[in-house]
Amino acid sequence: MWDVEFTRLLIPALLTGLWVTVQATVLGYALALVLGLAVAMVRRVKVVGGIVFVVTEFIRTTPVLVQLVFIFSLSALSDVSPLTIGIVVLGVHYSTYTAEVYRSGIEGVAKGQWEACRALSLPSHRVWGAVVLPQAIRKVIPALGNYLIAMFKDTPLLFAISVPEMLSVANDLGGQYFRSFEAYTLVGAAFLLVAVPSAVVIRRLERRYAAV
Amino acid sequence: MEPGNEPLIKFDSVVKRFGDNVVLDGLDLDVNAGERVTLIGPSGSGKTTILRLLMTLEHVNGGTIWVGGRPFSHMYRGDKLVPASEKYLREHRKTIGMVFQQFNLFPNMTVRKNVTEGPVHSLGVPKEEASERAVELLEMVGLADKIDAHPTQLSGGQQQRVAIARALAMRPEILLLDEVTSALDPELVAGVLDVLREIARETDITMLCVTHEMAFARDVSDRVFMFDAGRIAESGPPEQIFGDPHEDRTKSFLKAVLEHD
Ligand SMILES: Nc1ncnc2c1ncn2[C@@H]1O[C@H](COP(=O)(O)OP(=O)(O)OP(=O)(O)O)[C@@H](O)[C@H]1O
Ligand SMILES: [Mg+2]
Repeated sequence: MWDVEFTRLLIPALLTGLWVTVQATVLGYALALVLGLAVAMVRRVKVVGGIVFVVTEFIRTTPVLVQLVFIFSLSALSDVSPLTIGIVVLGVHYSTYTAEVYRSGIEGVAKGQWEACRALSLPSHRVWGAVVLPQAIRKVIPALGNYLIAMFKDTPLLFAISVPEMLSVANDLGGQYFRSFEAYTLVGAAFLLVAVPSAVVIRRLERRYAAV
Repeated sequence: MEPGNEPLIKFDSVVKRFGDNVVLDGLDLDVNAGERVTLIGPSGSGKTTILRLLMTLEHVNGGTIWVGGRPFSHMYRGDKLVPASEKYLREHRKTIGMVFQQFNLFPNMTVRKNVTEGPVHSLGVPKEEASERAVELLEMVGLADKIDAHPTQLSGGQQQRVAIARALAMRPEILLLDEVTSALDPELVAGVLDVLREIARETDITMLCVTHEMAFARDVSDRVFMFDAGRIAESGPPEQIFGDPHEDRTKSFLKAVLEHD
């Protein structure tokens, strides 16, 4: 039987957990967006770009869970909060994906656009800021959006470094009251509740930007 | 060389290779200030490459390009010529404008922004002034009413006329035109050529045109260069090249082009 009493008790706690999840997602994603763009741009520079490429490939091909616990163990003696570590590790990890997305967008900008910039002697901040990136980013907005959802779905990994997000709240209370079934079901429902509408919004964006 | 007689553009034994493909093999070419020059010749003969070298979209593998009596592909370090740095190129190519076959307008900007972007951000012209000049130029190319449109809302011919306005907005001394009507539907070609004829009439901009429009070449050019395999097969005033070509290569090329039309 579903325990209604326990559900009443659990929901406020889960909401606190959801708030942590949302913070981790939003801040981590913001970091991934900014850092990924920087990586995509620097990768076009000769030697430095090569080094950055190797580093990002390394980060991209190792599991984010391993990165989380590794960095967490390194910082055990510092007073950086687990949430901050989680945000940074998730953000850096996902920046290697967003960098790829930006790169494909940048490569999709016609060669003639660069040449027109050159013919007008535009300074590089205008080439990037006014010509290349506006065209490149527009095309990859849906792909970037998908990583927002993916990252949201990865936040339960923060459980492993004792960040009080939803899963860890559910785990604690579920264990305490011997009601794990209700606890995990509600966590699943909460993820669906956020992810499904987000996916719908992203499909819309996709249709809108694909049209141009 | 006497000042005043000096050519504005001088290719001195220019070599350009793409891998093993030697496109220009020691090309010498002079163009005088204010001259209108047309480059004709078969596909792959290196016409586009010459314009791209001048726009610094490509770099020479040998020889030197001079513009206005100064080295252009190279720069002086002490009294030695070394390949020009990006910074040097940025400064010196501002006197050169180019119009491309595929227009290459910035699709994310309005027509006005397309035309003012270069003057404002590369020459430092105040926005107001650049905008006024954009209006004048767009009037000249017959598109003043499209100033707030986006390129995608324009026909190919209109886009190309905007591209011409954009190039002129930089007040170039030299205008490079690479088959600017080749991507256009036939009925739109005349409008663009008319604009170019007007520029030739109203300004003293030095023009280098690559074109298959022989009638246009005959009208506007002072000199026609017939290229073949990266060399000048023949050059002369249009009356001579089209009326009395000396070289067999020129004769067969013109025959092929005119039959095609
Ligand atoms: N970026 C490049 N990489 C490799 N080869 C190139 C490149 N650009 C031009 N070429 C080669 O250089 C030669 C000259 O090309 P170019 O475009 O200058 O010819 P063109 O006279 O303009 O011909 P068309 O009338 O077809 O435009 C050709 O053999 C072409 O394949
Ligand atoms: Mg060509």
